[in-house]
Amino acid sequence: MARKSRKAGRRHPLATVVLIAIGLVVTGGGYAAFSSTTTASADTSSAASQSVIEEGEKLFASNCATCHGMDLAGTPDGPSLIGVGAAAVNFQVGTGRMPMAMQGPQALQKPAQFTDEQTAAMAAYVASISPGPAIPDESLLQADGDAANGGELFRVNCAMCHNVAGAGGALTEGKFAPELKGVLATHIYEAMLTGPQNMPVFNDDNLSPEDKRDIITYLKYIENNPSPGGNELGSLGPVAEGLFVWIFGLGAIIGLMVWLTAKSN
Amino acid sequence: MSTTIEHSETTDASAPPVRKGGGFTGAAANYLDERTSISGVVKEFGRKIFPDHWSFMLGEVALYSFVVIILSGTFLTFFFQASMVETHYDGSWVPLKGVEMSAAMESALHISFDVRGGLLVRQIHHWAALLFIAAIGLHMLRVFFTGAFRKPRELNWMIGFTLFVLAMAEGFTGYSLPDDLLSGNGLRIIDGLIKGLPVIGTWTSFLLFGGEFPGTQIVGRFYTLHILLLPAILVAALALHLVFVVVHKHTQFAGAGRTEKNVIGYPILPVYAAKAGGFFFLVFGVIVLMASFFTINPIWNYGPYDPSPVSAGTQPDWYIGFADGALRLIPPGLEFVWLNHTWSFNIIIPVVALVLLLLLVAIYPFVEGWVTGDKREHHILDRPRNTPTRTAIGAAGVTFYAGLWAAASSDLVATHFQLSIEGVIHVVQAWVVLGPFLAYFVTKRVCIALMKKDREIVLHGYESGRIVRLPGGEYIEVHEQVDDYERWRLVDYEVYEPIMVRPNAQGKITGAARLRARMSNWFFEDRIAPAQQSELGQGGHGHDDTPGEIEGGKGH
Repeated sequence: MARKSRKAGRRHPLATVVLIAIGLVVTGGGYAAFSSTTTASADTSSAASQSVIEEGEKLFASNCATCHGMDLAGTPDGPSLIGVGAAAVNFQVGTGRMPMAMQGPQALQKPAQFTDEQTAAMAAYVASISPGPAIPDESLLQADGDAANGGELFRVNCAMCHNVAGAGGALTEGKFAPELKGVLATHIYEAMLTGPQNMPVFNDDNLSPEDKRDIITYLKYIENNPSPGGNELGSLGPVAEGLFVWIFGLGAIIGLMVWLTAKSN
Repeated sequence: MSTTIEHSETTDASAPPVRKGGGFTGAAANYLDERTSISGVVKEFGRKIFPDHWSFMLGEVALYSFVVIILSGTFLTFFFQASMVETHYDGSWVPLKGVEMSAAMESALHISFDVRGGLLVRQIHHWAALLFIAAIGLHMLRVFFTGAFRKPRELNWMIGFTLFVLAMAEGFTGYSLPDDLLSGNGLRIIDGLIKGLPVIGTWTSFLLFGGEFPGTQIVGRFYTLHILLLPAILVAALALHLVFVVVHKHTQFAGAGRTEKNVIGYPILPVYAAKAGGFFFLVFGVIVLMASFFTINPIWNYGPYDPSPVSAGTQPDWYIGFADGALRLIPPGLEFVWLNHTWSFNIIIPVVALVLLLLLVAIYPFVEGWVTGDKREHHILDRPRNTPTRTAIGAAGVTFYAGLWAAASSDLVATHFQLSIEGVIHVVQAWVVLGPFLAYFVTKRVCIALMKKDREIVLHGYESGRIVRLPGGEYIEVHEQVDDYERWRLVDYEVYEPIMVRPNAQGKITGAARLRARMSNWFFEDRIAPAQQSELGQGGHGHDDTPGEIEGGKGH
């Protein structure tokens, strides 16, 4: 009897197959949902009408106010949002960092929790309470600037945390600078403008809008032009190269050595 | 006059058979031999015997990588400009167009993008360099753990160690030549290391860089070192290393018929000439495959050197990683001003530790030779388990080195395993301090356990897995004896006993003698003697006609 029930349950011969099928459907479905939300990026810089602001207020009250406060002034669990502007909201919510899943060293990027309209509504609401940096103009996001200037600015201002190739890097106490490959131009611009989390603010006096455009141009150039030398090994530098030569280079050669000295059967 | 005529007569007499059978090859060989007497050399070298074991080829890998390095490096010198003159890039790589840089960086980019095959050769050169030093490291470990450094090979160990240090110096100078951001950061760390040394630091740094860092001299100076001075010393030391291999003859593992006086294996001609020649092309092939499909040192990403930016994930190439790791692990707060000098113990301690580590590696054969007091020649290799203390010391050293090495990638470990970098550093600090002790004790116990197992197998055979029921109803497992060749491997080793403290000729017991006795005791206190012939005979073991020894459950 016990054997019978076990056979029908998770010990069933087909249980593994079913489990894999469920896993594939969940991840595939999740990925499809995620990619459709990111590809359908609409123009978020449209003028905020009163009804949009009201919708944003409702969304804010139900999703953000627990930590940031009903009046946006912040609570012990979350910072004040006075003056952060629409750009900060668009970045934090658009990259899925907000709302946070839990308090930690740093808010992690995850699939966006809101549609673009909802994100825009919340951005409009936050911007309507107090002025702050606006969502950047499309003309600065075309990656059509001076890549060489952008590269130089990137190395001087960004590479110490994000790595010269934008592969990311470690910060203190579990925080880190994320990888920049695959990040939307809007989000790169907004990050520079608003300085999310541990990132410093690069305002327009520090890096002009054209400089920001050039940095985006550089990042998109290296993203769209794969390394002329072949696989980049994650653009992580000598550590990845050293691991590679020890494991695969020397590994292959030791395999050949064993083959050469093997006794014939 | 008459002698020459006689000589020509004898050669004339011997010539016709060669012409008849040898064809062109025979005639050519004869032509050469008559003029150079080379046949004596060919006879000597062609019959040189090398034993067959895969680990004996690690040194060859280093040698072949070095040949690849020389070939590819020569190509690179045709195009590289070792100059720090300022220029503006105007080549094919768009994100650097118009950027100000040194002529060295500009020419390195020119090689990468505008010289046909240049990038491939650059990558071959760099991958081969990484492989070269990795192969040297593994070769040294093989020599260490098998005791191949014992008399008469202590001096060759020192030469090999010199090669290892020279290879690291070659690597570092080469890494610095393109004058890109990564190499400049690396140089800055070296500059900081030098400046951190008390009294001489600042002077030495100014001497090396020709003024304040980075100056306009260093690339040119490193170029001279990299392509002239270091390779010259390296080639000379390498030649000497190989001469000693020929003079000493190759070591071999214990086996039937193998003694301290012979070498069992295959001759160079025709076996090893073919194998080694083919192996060169295999190594070359692996390097070219890596260079074709995997980017190494993408200087176009790093950009030209500028003292202000430092990229995240800046590391030296792997072989300097242990030094970088030592600097990352040293705790803060060790710098103070004393006697109007700044004492940077956060620099001095790692530098001293690294120098001591390298020194210990260099002199180890002499230390062990002194402790054992063994003045005999050794050509039969030890199995690592049969020398538990040496193997344990080696494991401790490897653990220490690996800790320093891992610390150099602490930031990448932190990001890739979602840890905090402080946590990673603290764990590795504990590892570097405690790990060697743990590794020592665990390795020693494992070695002794393996020796016990070997002894057990020799005396009682191995478990065959065949269960037999006796007439009385008892079940037993049949043990089979190992064959003679296998037994040879298991019993052919020597056990040293600790040296007793004895008074010298003057009747005194010196401090050195006491130390030596203590060291000897430490080395050989725990030991398992190999099974003796007399023990083998006992208890009805080893009857060739019976299927195997029968042992009951009791007394096992």
